[in-house]
Amino acid sequence: MKKTVLFGALTVAGLAAGMASAATLDDVKARGSLNCGVTTGLVGFASPDANGVWDGFDVGVCRAVAAAIFGDPTAVEFVPTTGKTRFTALASGEIDMLARNTTWTFSRDIDLKFEFTGVNYYDGQGFLVPKDLGVSSAKDLDGATVCIQTGTTTELNLADFFRSNNISYDPVPIETNAEGQQQYLAGACDVYTTDASGLASTRAAFENPGDHVLLPEIISKEPLGPLVRHGDNDWGDVVRWTLNALITAEELGVTSANVADLAAAPTDNPEVNRLLGTEGELGAMLGLEADWAKNAIAAGGNYGELFEKNIGENTPIGLARGLNAQWTEGGLIYSPPFR
Amino acid sequence: MTSITDPPQGSFRLSMLINDTRYRSYTFQFIALVVLIGFMAYLGMNLVSNLAAAGLNISFDFLGDPAGYDINQRPIEYDSQSSHLRASVVGIINTLIIAVLACITATIFGVVAGVLRLSNNWVVSKLMAIYVEIFRNVPVLIWIIIIFSIMTVSMPSPRAFRGDDPSSSMLFDTFAFTNRGVYTPKPIFDSGGWIVVAVFILSIIGIFAYRRYATKKLYATGQLLPTFWPSVAMFFVPAILVYYILGRPITLEYPSLQGFNFQGGIQLRGSLIALWFALAIYTGAFIAENVRAGIQAISKGQTEAAASLGLRPGRIMNLVILPQALRVIIPPLISQYLNITKNSSLAIAVGYMDVTATLGGITLNQTGRAIEAVLLLMLFYLTISLLISAVMNVYNNSVKLRER
Repeated sequence: MKKTVLFGALTVAGLAAGMASAATLDDVKARGSLNCGVTTGLVGFASPDANGVWDGFDVGVCRAVAAAIFGDPTAVEFVPTTGKTRFTALASGEIDMLARNTTWTFSRDIDLKFEFTGVNYYDGQGFLVPKDLGVSSAKDLDGATVCIQTGTTTELNLADFFRSNNISYDPVPIETNAEGQQQYLAGACDVYTTDASGLASTRAAFENPGDHVLLPEIISKEPLGPLVRHGDNDWGDVVRWTLNALITAEELGVTSANVADLAAAPTDNPEVNRLLGTEGELGAMLGLEADWAKNAIAAGGNYGELFEKNIGENTPIGLARGLNAQWTEGGLIYSPPFR
Repeated sequence: MTSITDPPQGSFRLSMLINDTRYRSYTFQFIALVVLIGFMAYLGMNLVSNLAAAGLNISFDFLGDPAGYDINQRPIEYDSQSSHLRASVVGIINTLIIAVLACITATIFGVVAGVLRLSNNWVVSKLMAIYVEIFRNVPVLIWIIIIFSIMTVSMPSPRAFRGDDPSSSMLFDTFAFTNRGVYTPKPIFDSGGWIVVAVFILSIIGIFAYRRYATKKLYATGQLLPTFWPSVAMFFVPAILVYYILGRPITLEYPSLQGFNFQGGIQLRGSLIALWFALAIYTGAFIAENVRAGIQAISKGQTEAAASLGLRPGRIMNLVILPQALRVIIPPLISQYLNITKNSSLAIAVGYMDVTATLGGITLNQTGRAIEAVLLLMLFYLTISLLISAVMNVYNNSVKLRER
């Protein structure tokens, strides 16, 4: 029986054994495609469409990185991960990067040995309740049954929130968003809680979205962003600056529509030139082609375009820019300069 | 002088390790052992060096840290400030609860279905055949989810019980069936309540003692004492008498709708019921086949011999066939109990917080200590499985054929 334990341990070890190869960028280039971890399906952020083509806000980041490396936004293998499997998948090297509305926390960054390469959505945990429940504040939820996705930071925030307000609740842990939706709609739980963006996305998929309201309380800070393994800074830089390129592009007015023209010849704006590779050697410094940022922007548009197309106010998700507006517009989205 | 001489004791030569059948098997076993150890050492080194390269280590310190999450079904005191270790213990107890409940229920389902499948009544035996074939040929995870989904969708939510003209009402004002679970009254023990329980247990022991005495008397004198009605009387009368003499020290707390949920009473969660019922009915189908096999293993001559002695069919089954069949039934039954315990790890599919969901789920996820958590899980399931095997083997030894 000792053997049994050992064999199991070694299976786990075998999973872990794939990690820790240094040059992820070289591996990705050699493979010819990027392995990107996404959710199992959250409309607007990452979900396959009717033809099985993945689409969404997080997917857009994956495609931009693939475009920056290969010049081809379709050179991505999407690996659906659950809240529970995502970190193992990344640590074991099964995926090169994770873009799965994952909250940047201290322990994930330091203890789990990951590197968050920026924030693509500033979120916070909210509560979704049926309108006829007559609840107007999360503090009225004493004794309520709460559906919650297991293995996420929301679970800890929820415990903290109810504890600090000295009210009780009954948690119903669920594995996926689809299951949570089913339980919530059947009335098996009074409240569904997750990141406010996720709630908006879930509500958009309901038959009667108007019958459900988001409570005003946002009980946590959830900066969501893409992450990579710790220890390969070059690869981390590629992902970080691809995201920054999308953000800077919006700030500078570079869109998927005009990026080809702007990149054709140097413009009057030196920062646009540096970004699009018509001036300077930024691409080579990253180990990429000079037109990496142009390809990334052409893939799905700049940050603002990605937002509007996937989760913006004109989509069923209907999220306002809010905190996720450019810093020039009063939001928190801010990229370090390209120079 | 003996006619058989010992073979000549030639001196041991190295080539005998290959050529001599007496030693050859040792040689190969030794080589296999060395290869196995080498392989495992290689994997172990691989693990250690890869962990070191990633800057990680194996440490169980995380068990002492506050867990930070809540668990809905808490057999022992637990809140979000308790340690991960305590969360694991809560999970372990929840696993044991479901395992024990499902083992008992599955045995009852299995024995009934197995015996009835051999019934001479065509309808009954075919019904049981359908039960067995349907339930054991669909994966248990599917059954768990089906039962849970049916409960969630078909039962009313607590909201339906509210208002002046509610669309649902409680059964006898004591039981509430909702899609969050079943609420039943809870006994509240005042002082003296435990005496009633003690008397009740004593009277059950008394029933067994009386039955043993009756059997002894039957064997010794041939006099058949009545057992059924005295047993019933002993079961009810003393406990009820004491209950009223002590002034009704046990009261019931009824569930009632307060706020969002029913409060008070005992809540059997929907997830518990779904998991329990699915495991019991699924494994019951396997046990039914074991029971049928055990009964059919007993030669028909036994039935005929018992019948010729004038025993009625019920007694033939209870006194002649089943005791012998148990010898065939018990060993595969052990496997089924182990299966139930291990299959209970599917609990997370319906959000039941067993040890796989707490230690192997949330704790693993929040701390990132995958290797440690999985090792602990394996140790736990191994220990429990070996314990069940040990207990069942003791029982098996007590019923198996004693060769003289």
